[in-house]
Parts: sequence; structure tokens; C-alpha cells
Amino acid sequence: MEEPVIETRGLRKAYGGRPVLDGVDLTVRRGQVLALLGPNGAGKTTTVRILSTLVAPDGGTARVAGFDVRTEAARVRAALSLTGQYAAVDELLTGEENVRLAARLAHVPRRQVRERAAEMLALFDLTDAARRTVRTYSGGMRRRLDLAVSLLSRPQVLVLDEPTTGLDPRSRAALWDVVRSVVAAGGTVLLTTQYLEEADALADRVAVIDRGVVVADGTAAELKAAVGSAHVELALADGRTERLATDGTVGDVRRVLGEVERRGLDVVHWQVRTPTLDDAFLALTGHDAGTADRTPALATTAQEPR
Amino acid sequence: MSTVDLTPRPVPPPPGPLDAARDTLALVGRSVRRSTRQLDTLLLAVLLPVVLLLMFVYVFGGAISTGMEYVDFVVPAIVLLTAGYGAATTAVDVASDMTNGIVDRFRSMPVPAGAVLTGHVVASLARNAVSTALVVAVALLVGFDPAASAGDWLAAAGVLVVYVLALTWVAVAIGLVASGPEAASGFTFVILFLPYVSSAFVPVGTMPGVLETVARLNPVTPTSDALRALLLGMPVGSTVLVALAWWAGVLVVARVASAVLFRRQR
Repeated sequence: MEEPVIETRGLRKAYGGRPVLDGVDLTVRRGQVLALLGPNGAGKTTTVRILSTLVAPDGGTARVAGFDVRTEAARVRAALSLTGQYAAVDELLTGEENVRLAARLAHVPRRQVRERAAEMLALFDLTDAARRTVRTYSGGMRRRLDLAVSLLSRPQVLVLDEPTTGLDPRSRAALWDVVRSVVAAGGTVLLTTQYLEEADALADRVAVIDRGVVVADGTAAELKAAVGSAHVELALADGRTERLATDGTVGDVRRVLGEVERRGLDVVHWQVRTPTLDDAFLALTGHDAGTADRTPALATTAQEPR
Repeated sequence: MSTVDLTPRPVPPPPGPLDAARDTLALVGRSVRRSTRQLDTLLLAVLLPVVLLLMFVYVFGGAISTGMEYVDFVVPAIVLLTAGYGAATTAVDVASDMTNGIVDRFRSMPVPAGAVLTGHVVASLARNAVSTALVVAVALLVGFDPAASAGDWLAAAGVLVVYVLALTWVAVAIGLVASGPEAASGFTFVILFLPYVSSAFVPVGTMPGVLETVARLNPVTPTSDALRALLLGMPVGSTVLVALAWWAGVLVVARVASAVLFRRQR
């Protein structure tokens, strides 16, 4: 079997004595999209920073495209592009200058720099804004430019750290399209997200990380299946909500509704609900996604550094 | 949307020295370009010393007794102030790079460590060459009358280059530890005041005891003495060597500190 493009084993990292990663194992194969899903402070950004050689792990191993992040950092850097949570582009340069700088640093042959830069700007719908300084760009435009810079070097691995946080729905949809094109071209993507919907839409596999440990790893469907079957949700006139289990087939839903009539329940609204990743997350971690840093009982959870 | 080639390319071999040189050159280009986009900063770096020059020559100068035309006495002070201020603004550039994620971007690319800092330093040298030349030109217009040979000019330029390099690397170190660009900009004011307690504007003998000692220990004192002697064709004595030793020392310390701070795992 082909060697995984990303592989971590027992990855550990502590900040100020507090463990942020406590033995993270991840495997991503060529052409896959892995979503690393977890609340703030779960260890997503630290994992990403170790994979992109910005931070050395305290223990365990991490390999990208077969290269060790500690001993072969230069090769890892050549294989991977990171798009962080904040658009890392130069405010004082124009969009075009940013992309050309990236092309030169990616060692694109000198005569192709202009052409390649223009291509990437066009791909991200920035041709009209190419000659303007980035200072005048909107948040969505900056993020697109950031991605243009990341993808210009045609990396083996694209790492996206919460790529759609703070993006409007249109920019988010555009970004999802880009991820799909990258994968269609044979690239491998690791993205971190707090949005279950995003993991569901994009990822072949979802690794749920909570307090520095991967608590579940599988396809979105597998994770949902782990939570149990569908149910009929009833909003009653007295304000209560009742859930009745069903396997979701027409016959079984009819049976459940028959029971509702027999019991004479006063139903205002009803729907058949299949488990969402939200439900899966709750079932796996015992708390909602995104609440780890707000729940007093979990106040000791280490915060991720920026 | 899909005509662009996004196919992953095979991982290229590790970058060699030629790649490193090309990357550094690209980042120098970036920093120089940034300087040209910050015309307000560049303008202030020239206007501030020019205003001070005019104030000292026409307002205070008549009351300061130096044994020579005050304009001739004060030009080295103004030149040092110009170059010092210009170097110090590097701290703001470095701090903003550190806080907005662009340094992380470069560090996650196969770009030599510290090339982004080298870019800022070279840009600082270029900026200061321009602003110092402009300030000297204004000084000549208001009566500065140098008596320097070509060799003296060259020596003065050499002293200035070492001074600018040293202060720029100090600024880089400050930019690396500063919490943000605003905090880093405070440093430019410290540097701006450095020449005042020295022999740059007034002879140190006129200062009260403690201050005189401080002024004599201030490395700006031998530096302005050296520039003054060189530009006015007076005997330089040991001033040039003392000034060079001072700033070379500062340069080495700041360079090492910057390297350590930049590599620091965060």
C-alpha cells in the first residue's frame, strides 16, 4: 500500500506544562480530504503548526510526503502549503506583487512567473483587483489571495487552518470549490474546522479531536451511524418536544405517526431527523462543538496559541 | 475555473545556496517596495531632521558656543539623527510581519531562515542612503561648508553604514519582541533622543557632571566626533576606531539576539 501523505504517531506538545496534544495519531492518504474537527483549544492549530514545521513536537513523529518534520523540515516545507487563520499576505503590496513574490519564492522559472501569477489571480477572481494594494481588499479577497499564494507552488499537501472562519457564504462556497478542484487534480488536503457542516461537505474522513486526543476517526457517515438511527421529532402544542425512534423507512414512519394519533398527541410541527455531525460530536465528546472554552468545568483546557 | 494546473508537483530537491541567494534577493525586493509604499514614513524621516536642522541653525545655534560655525558643528548630529530614526522604523516593519502571520508563511516555505529579516535590513540601508543624502543636500544649502577629501567622505559613509546596520539590527530585535507595530514604534522615539545626550548638538563639557559622564559614554559621542572631524577635515584621532568598535559590537550582539529570537519556538 502506498505510504500515507500525512502520518502522525503519538504526537505530543505541551505549553507551559499543560498538554495541548496528548498523543495524536493521524493518517491521510493521497487524494484525501481529512477534516480535523474540534472546538477551540482542542489542539487543531498546534497539530497544523507541527505539520508545517513551525513548531517542533515534544514527542511522537510526524511525516509529510514521507519526510520527517523534525529532521527533513526543508523537504516538508517544499511539499506543503499552509493557509493559516489569518490571511498572510503583504498589505502594502498589490495582489499581483504578492503572487509574484510567492512565485519567485516557489522557484517558478523566471520566464513563467508573470504567466503563473496571472493564472492564479484569474482562478481566484482577482484579476480586476490585481493592481490594487491589499490594504484595499475585503476579508474574502484577502483569503482568496492567500489561497492563490498557497496553491501557486502546486503543493503535495494543502493545509487549511479554519479556512472559512469569518467568511461570507459566497466566499465559503467558492473556497469549498477550490478544495474540490485541488483534490480532483490529485492533491491532498488537511483542513481544520469548527463547522460540522463543512467537514460533512468536504471531507472524505473526519478526525474528531478533543483536548489533544483524536476521539473518533472515520467517514462522516460512519460517525453519524455511531450515534444511532433516525427519529421522528414532534413539537407539541404545550411546548414539549418528543422524539420517537424510527429506521426512517416509509412504513416505519407511518407506524410511528399511527402511534402519535392513537396517543392523541397535539402536534404543531413534526419532522424526520437523521443524526447530524453535531449529534455525533455531542455523543463522542460529551459536550457541544465550540463550547469547550466556555464551559466552566473545562476551564482548565489549554488554550491554543495563535 | 479548472484551466489552471493544480496537479501537485514532485517535491523539489532541498534548496541550494543559489536558491537561498535568490530567495533573499526576492525578499529584499519586497522590503524595498514596502518602503516606497510608505511615503509618509519616508517623508517624515527626511522632514523631521530638516526641521530640526533649521531650528538648530537659525533658532538655538546662535546661543551655542562651539568655537566654529554652528551649522558645521551640528550637521553630523542631524545626519546621525536621520539615519538612526530611519533605521529604527525597521522595528515597525518587523513587528507587523510577526503579528500578521506573514513570517509564519515564509517560515513554512523552503525559504532560508531569516531571509525576511535580511530583506528589511537591506531596505533600511537603502532608505537611509536616500534620506541622508537629502538631508546633507539641505545642509549644504543652509551653509554647511565641509572640508573633506574624497577619502574622508568615504570614511564618513563607512562609519554611517556600520551605525545604520547596528541600529537596524537592534530595531529588528525590538520588532521581534514587541507585541505589535504600535509598541515597536515607541522604539523610534528612544533612538530619536539618543543623540541629545552626547557631543552631537553641544560640547559635552558644558553639561552638568553626571550628564557629562553619560554623554561621554554614549556611543553617539565618538560617532559624531568622528563624522565631524572627517567632514570638516580635522584630525580624527581615535574617534573613528572607537565609533566603529562600538557599533560593530552592538551589531554583533543585536544580530545574534535577532537570530535567537527569530528561531524561538512559539
